[in-house]
Amino acid sequence: MLKYIMKRLLIMVVTLWIIVTLTFVLMVSIPGSPLNEERGTTEQVQKNLESFYNLDKPYYVQYLLYIKSIATFDFGPSIKQPDRTVNDLLGNGFPISFELGMWTIIVAVISGIILGIIAALRHNGIVDYLAMTIAVLGISIPNFVLATLLIQQLAVNHPIFPPATWSSPMHMVLPIIALATGPMAIIARLTRSTMLEVLTQDYIKMARAKGLNPWKIIFKHALKNALMPVVTIMGTLLAGILTGTFVIEKIFAIPGMGRYFVESINQRDYPVIMGTTVFYSAFLIFALFLVDIAYGILDPRIKLHKKAGE
Amino acid sequence: MKLANETNNNHSPGPVRDEWFQWKEKDLHKAESVSRPSLSYWQDAWKRLLKNKLAMMGLVFLVLLTFMAIFGPYMSKYDVGKIDLPNQYQPPSADHWFGTDSHGRDVFVRTWYGARISLFVGLMAALIDCVIGIVYGGISGFKGGRTDNVMMRIIEVLYGIPYLLVVILLLVVMGPSLTTIIVALTVTGWVGMARIVRGQVLQIKNYEFVLASRSFGTKSWRIIRKNLIPNTMGPIIVQLTLTVPSAIFAEAFLSFLGLGIQSPFASWGSMANDSLGAILSGNWWTLFFPAFFISFTMFAFNVLGDGLQDALDPKLRK
Amino acid sequence: MEKILTVDNLHVTFKTYGGTVQAVRGVHFDLYKGETLAIVGESGCGKSVTSNAIMRLIPNPPGKITQGRIIFKNKDLTRLSEKNMRKIRGVDISMIFQDPMTALNPTLTIESQLIEGLRQHKKNISHRAARQKALDIMKLVGISNPEERMKQYPHQFSGGMRQRIVIAIALICEPDLLIADEPTTALDVTIQAQILELFEKIQKVTGVAIILITHDLGVVAKIADRIAVMYAGKIIEVGTKREIFYHSEHPYTKGLLQSVPRLDLKGESLTPIDGTPPDLFSPPSGCPFAARCPYAMEVCDKAYPAQTALTGTHQVDCWLQDERAKKLLAHTTTI
Repeated sequence: MLKYIMKRLLIMVVTLWIIVTLTFVLMVSIPGSPLNEERGTTEQVQKNLESFYNLDKPYYVQYLLYIKSIATFDFGPSIKQPDRTVNDLLGNGFPISFELGMWTIIVAVISGIILGIIAALRHNGIVDYLAMTIAVLGISIPNFVLATLLIQQLAVNHPIFPPATWSSPMHMVLPIIALATGPMAIIARLTRSTMLEVLTQDYIKMARAKGLNPWKIIFKHALKNALMPVVTIMGTLLAGILTGTFVIEKIFAIPGMGRYFVESINQRDYPVIMGTTVFYSAFLIFALFLVDIAYGILDPRIKLHKKAGE
Repeated sequence: MKLANETNNNHSPGPVRDEWFQWKEKDLHKAESVSRPSLSYWQDAWKRLLKNKLAMMGLVFLVLLTFMAIFGPYMSKYDVGKIDLPNQYQPPSADHWFGTDSHGRDVFVRTWYGARISLFVGLMAALIDCVIGIVYGGISGFKGGRTDNVMMRIIEVLYGIPYLLVVILLLVVMGPSLTTIIVALTVTGWVGMARIVRGQVLQIKNYEFVLASRSFGTKSWRIIRKNLIPNTMGPIIVQLTLTVPSAIFAEAFLSFLGLGIQSPFASWGSMANDSLGAILSGNWWTLFFPAFFISFTMFAFNVLGDGLQDALDPKLRK
Repeated sequence: MEKILTVDNLHVTFKTYGGTVQAVRGVHFDLYKGETLAIVGESGCGKSVTSNAIMRLIPNPPGKITQGRIIFKNKDLTRLSEKNMRKIRGVDISMIFQDPMTALNPTLTIESQLIEGLRQHKKNISHRAARQKALDIMKLVGISNPEERMKQYPHQFSGGMRQRIVIAIALICEPDLLIADEPTTALDVTIQAQILELFEKIQKVTGVAIILITHDLGVVAKIADRIAVMYAGKIIEVGTKREIFYHSEHPYTKGLLQSVPRLDLKGESLTPIDGTPPDLFSPPSGCPFAARCPYAMEVCDKAYPAQTALTGTHQVDCWLQDERAKKLLAHTTTI
C-alpha cells in the first residue's frame, strides 16, 4: 500500500511539474510578450509584473523563480485588475465554484448509481431502455445547451427558478441540474454495464444458491464490485465538471472561479489564465490521487502489497 | 425384464416397423457437418448492427447530416457571413428557412457551415488520435518489457493532465483557428486510444496463432500487420466512434467560450454563444437550430458507438 | 432406501440469438438418501442445466423449465414461488460450482461469506453461535487455523483451499442434498484427489446425498454410488457404478469408457468416439447418438427408443435391447 501511494505521489509531482513548465513555456512564447508591452497596462501593473516575473533576468532564472513562487502558492498579479492578485480572485471565486462542484458531484453520483442499478435489474425491459435513452441524451446534450434550455423553460417561460446568480438554494437548482446531467448519465451507463457483468459472476450465483434474498445479493455482493469502475472514472468526471463550471458560471452569471477564468481568457489577462490553470491542474491532480487511494482501500486485492511487505 | 417399447413411444408417429431393424449405412461425414451456416465475424457484426434500431437511426442521421453539410449551403441564396442588419431576428419563413440571427445572417446556411466544422473537427481529431494511438499503443504492447514500462509511465502522466485546460492554454497562446483546435485536441486526446490498443495487443500477442508465426521467425511488422491489426479493429472502431462526439463537444465548448471559430465563419458552438441573449428576447430559433444539431449529432455518434460495441463484442456472439 | 429427490420428464429450453436450444429433453432420475449419484456426459449435454434446474437457478429469460416435475421432500420445486424456493436453497439443497477462483466474492471476508447463509435462514441464531458453527465447518473441510483465516479475503487462499471454503459454505446449513457441478475440474490433479476424499468424508459425517456433475470418469470411479450417463439432453443409461463400468449396454457409454485410459487393461488402445453431438437447436427425433453409433440401425433415426430395465437399478434407452435387434445381431457375423 505504501509503495502504491509513493508511486502515485511521484506521478502526481511529475504531472504537476510538466503543467507548470508548460504554462511557463507558453507564457514566454506568446508573440509580442504580453507581460512586457500589454496595451493599456498602467505603470503600477507593469512594476508588479516585472517584480513578479523577474523579466529583467535570463529565462532559466525566471523559470526557477516562477516554480518557487508557484510552490509557495503565489500566482502573481492580474493585468486587468491592477489592485488585485490572482490569489485574490481565486480566494473569492473558489469557494463558490467548490460549492457548485460538490453539489454537482453528489447529485450526479447518487442519481447516476440509482438509475444504473434500476436499469441493470430491469435488463432489456422498458425501464432499462428508458433509463438508457435518458442517459445517452444526457451524454449527448452539451451542458451549455442544457443550461440555456433550462433557463428558457424554467426561468423565462415558466418562472419557477431564478435565471441567474448564486444567492439562495433556489438559485442553485438549475446550474446544478445543467452541470450534473452529463456526469450522471456517464455514471448511470457505467453502473449498468458493470452491474450486468457482475450479476453474471459465479459468486452472485453462489449467493443465490445460498438462498439469500435478492436485495442482500444486490447490495452486499454486487454493488461494491460494480462500483469499483465508477470510482476509477471519478477523476475524469471531476475534470469534466470543473471545465463545465466555466460555461455554467458564465451562463448563470455565478461569481465563481470559472467565470473569472472565462473573463480572463476573453480579456487575455495572461497571469490570471496561467495562475488559474496551474491551480485547477493541481486541484484535479490531487483529486485523481485521492481517487487512486480510495480505490486501493476499496479493493482488498490491492492491499496484497502491504501484506507481502509485512 | 422388458418394457413394451412399441406402444410406449411418443417420439414418432405410427408404430415401429419390423423392416426398420436394418444396419444403417455408415455415414460419419454427416455427423460432422455443421447444420447452421457460419457467418464471418464482420458479417455477423453487421447483421447485429442492422437489428439495432437506435444505432441505425444514428447512422441514417449522420449520412443525411454529411449530405447537408456538403450541399446544404448551396441550397440557399444567402452567404454565410453576409451581415444584413435591417433583417435581424427574422423568424423562420419561406425565405429564411431557419430564420436570421442578431446580424441578419441566415441561420440555415450557418447551421450547415457549422455541421462542416463539427464533422471536420470530429473526424480529423479522431483520425489523428487513432494513428498516434495505434502506433504508440502497438509499439508499447508489442515490444513489452522496459519499453512498455517507460511508455506506459508517460501515458500515466499525460492522463493526469486535465486536457481541456491544456487545450484552452494552447488556444490562448496560438490564437483561435481550426488547425489550432485540432492540434490542441489531439495533443492529449490520443492517450485513450493508445491504452486500448496496447491492452488488445497484449491480449492477442499471447494467442497461439501469433506465437506460432513468431516461432517461424516472421518479422514483427508483418505480425502486427497480418495478425494484430485485424484482431484489434473492433475496439478501435468503437473508440473511434466515441472520440468523434467528444471532439465535436470540445470544439463547440471552446467556440462557446470564444476560443474557437471566429466570425464571420460559423460553428454550432459560436452560434449558440452569439444567441445567448436571444433566449430572453424570445428569438428561440437562433439558439434552437445549432443546439438541436449539436445534441443530435452527438446522440447519433453515441448510439452508433454503443451499437458497434454490442455488435463487435465477441463475448456477445452466439 | 428413502427417496429424497425425483426428477421426472424435465424439459429445459433456452432462447438464444440463433433460435431455441432444447438443452434438457425429458430427464428422469431418482435420488436416495445419503447416496452419490454421478451425472456424466460431454460438455453441452445438459448436465449442468439439469443441476441448475433443480436449484431453480436457470436464468429466465433466456432459460425456462417447460415441462416436468422436480419432487423434493414431497414438494414440486418447479411450482414453488421464488420466495419459497429461497427457503430451500442453501438449507435443504446446496450447490458447489466449478471454479473456486470465481465462486467467492473478492471484496468480502471468508467469515462474512460463510455466515451470511446461516443468518439468512436461521434468523434467531446469535452471532457467536454462527461464528462457532463457521469455525466447526472450516475444521471439517480441513482448513487449519480457522480463527485467523476466516478474517481473510479469497485472494489470500490457493485454489484447493478456496474450493474447501466453497464446500464449507455449501454445508453450513446442513443440507440434505449437495449438488456439485464439476467440483474438481478447475483444480490440479493432486488437489483433485484431496477434494474427492473430502467429499467422501463429509458424506460419512453428515449423511448428505450428493449429485456429482462431471465429464471425468476418474472422478466418478472414485466416489459415485450410481451413475447416470447423459447425451444430448437425455439420460441414456443409468445404473450402479459396477453396472455402468462392467456391464454397460449403451454404445455411447461403452464408447465413453473406451476413451478413458485404464491401468487394468494394459496394451489396449484408446478409442475415441467419432463425430460430434447433434445440434440441440433442432434435435433429431430418433436416437441422438445414431449418427455416431457403430451399431446404428434404420430404426434409430426414426424413433427414440423406450427405456429398458435390465435390472432393478440398471436402465438403458437403446434399440439394441429390442428383440428384433437381437435377432438382427444374431444374423450378423461381423461388425
